Amino acid sequence: MTAQPNPRPLFSATTEANGLSHEGLPTQPLYWSVLRELWENRSIYIAPLIVACVQVIGFAISAVGLAERRRALLLLDPIKHRAIEQPYDASAIMMIFTVFVVGVFYCLDALHGERRDRSILFWKSLPVSDLTTVLSKVIIPLVILPIISFAIVICVQLIMVLETSVVLVTHGMSPASTWTIIPFFQDWLVLLYGLVVLALWHAPIYGWLLLVSGWARRATFLWAVLPVIVIEIFEKITFGTSHFSAFIGRRIFGFAPHAFYFGTHGPSIESLSQLTPGRYLSSPDLWLGLLVAAAFLFAAARLRRYRGPL
Amino acid sequence: MACIEARGLRKVYGATTALEGIDLRVTEGRILGLIGPNGAGKTTALDAILGLIPYEGQLTVLGRDPWSSREQLMCDVSFIADVSVLPRWIKVSQLLDYVAGVHPRFDRTKAESFLGRTTIKRTSKVRELSKGMVAQLHLALVMAIDAKLLVLDEPTLGLDILYRKQFYDSLLNDYFDKTRTIVVTTHQVEEIQDVLTDLMFIDRGRIVLECSMEEFDARYLEVMVNPEHLAEARALKPMHERPVFGRSVLLFDGANREQLEGFGEVRRPSIADLFVATMTDPQSAIRNPKSNSGGVQ
Repeated sequence: MTAQPNPRPLFSATTEANGLSHEGLPTQPLYWSVLRELWENRSIYIAPLIVACVQVIGFAISAVGLAERRRALLLLDPIKHRAIEQPYDASAIMMIFTVFVVGVFYCLDALHGERRDRSILFWKSLPVSDLTTVLSKVIIPLVILPIISFAIVICVQLIMVLETSVVLVTHGMSPASTWTIIPFFQDWLVLLYGLVVLALWHAPIYGWLLLVSGWARRATFLWAVLPVIVIEIFEKITFGTSHFSAFIGRRIFGFAPHAFYFGTHGPSIESLSQLTPGRYLSSPDLWLGLLVAAAFLFAAARLRRYRGPL
Repeated sequence: MACIEARGLRKVYGATTALEGIDLRVTEGRILGLIGPNGAGKTTALDAILGLIPYEGQLTVLGRDPWSSREQLMCDVSFIADVSVLPRWIKVSQLLDYVAGVHPRFDRTKAESFLGRTTIKRTSKVRELSKGMVAQLHLALVMAIDAKLLVLDEPTLGLDILYRKQFYDSLLNDYFDKTRTIVVTTHQVEEIQDVLTDLMFIDRGRIVLECSMEEFDARYLEVMVNPEHLAEARALKPMHERPVFGRSVLLFDGANREQLEGFGEVRRPSIADLFVATMTDPQSAIRNPKSNSGGVQ
């Protein structure tokens, strides 16, 4: 421009942006970005809540005849008493599976949706870095969903205990057998441990899904899954082996032999001594996975710099 | 201080060159209108300034390289990159919470008071608002940010005339002061003629005209020539001629006003007329005023 700059008046000598908000509070881009994800993706808590409702209602229906079954069970050998734990374990496993599915679909859309609806132009007009944005998104499956599932499983199990107790009391039995047989606090500790183990083990999966969602123009699910299938088929046809399938399988289920000691009785956890955090933490597969996850997330953040609306 | 400074700013998309190495200097306290046909490179230039795309050449915005430090830059730069980029799922109150939570220069009370003048409810979701209300909401957010540079890319596209008028009125009365800089692109040039302090035409990735509005008023004159003076007027080499109601309107660059008054009614041309003249006749395209001798009175 040929025009001369206007002299800057004194009152505009504002303090430099120093990460403080207008009210003098520090800005918290990561915190607010995670909250934003929860506002946008209500399935994060609604899907587990729906599953929880189904569990509670289903269990209530199955409680018909519970009093007779409990009476019969208590006459048996105490070793078989733990059978009453089965619906409680099932509810926890079902919830873990639910939040895994929610997490997968959340990640596939996380960096795609903002490009599809052009809102990426708005988010990029704010002083929030691409890395903060990507981290806020991966925090959902790694931290928020485990916390949500932990809280919901405990609530569901408490309601199930309540339902059982009501049935037993109305049949003139003591409700106490439920909590004397089932070690709830121990189970919840195992659940918490299992959720942490699972989140860390699955971190590279979520990282990969986020990277694909930031990269693909459409059909993020296909782009995420198809390469895996193609490699598996290629390997099978060319070499007749299936190492890649085995590798993917380990990435999904391989946490169990590292994090738990099952002995010879099949996959059940009877005592806390079966938790093997030491072996889990010293497993190279865990650390390699976390390294790969970090690489995927870093790549997703770099990629987002170049990305605009679709 | 130069707010935006570019040297040889160039951007190539595959086989298309969107920007052919432009030089640009925008100083503080100006309102620059970037005018050009579709595909001229306006949005590319703005995207480079906002750190949304990588580029070749030198570019500094408020002393920073936009591509490598977008998030720091966004403390001091606001932009409305298009109409309706606000996420449709968000509630107005959530939007205020979020921007207040992440932006160090956002004044929530200010935003609330701007919104108080509209009919936008805090509990509404963006998808429930009309297009005009979304533009009002976005403007309220942007005006509550104490930024040094505001970039508007077609901010009023698709809005009705009332909203468009109100948009620029608010911007001028409630936001702009001499410490801020605004860069705006629009196709509705007639509406911003009196808003701008500077004008820039861009075509096929090049700057084809660059002048302040004072220079614009001094240099360009339009005459509705009486038929008997037409030959005489044409001899003065007008940059453009167009028929209006059977008479000829001639647009002159740097002609003598008294002389022109002898031919007919002289008036200030609109930016749109100059734009058409510049774009339809590349031979008479106006050079940078610095290289044009004697044109300015």
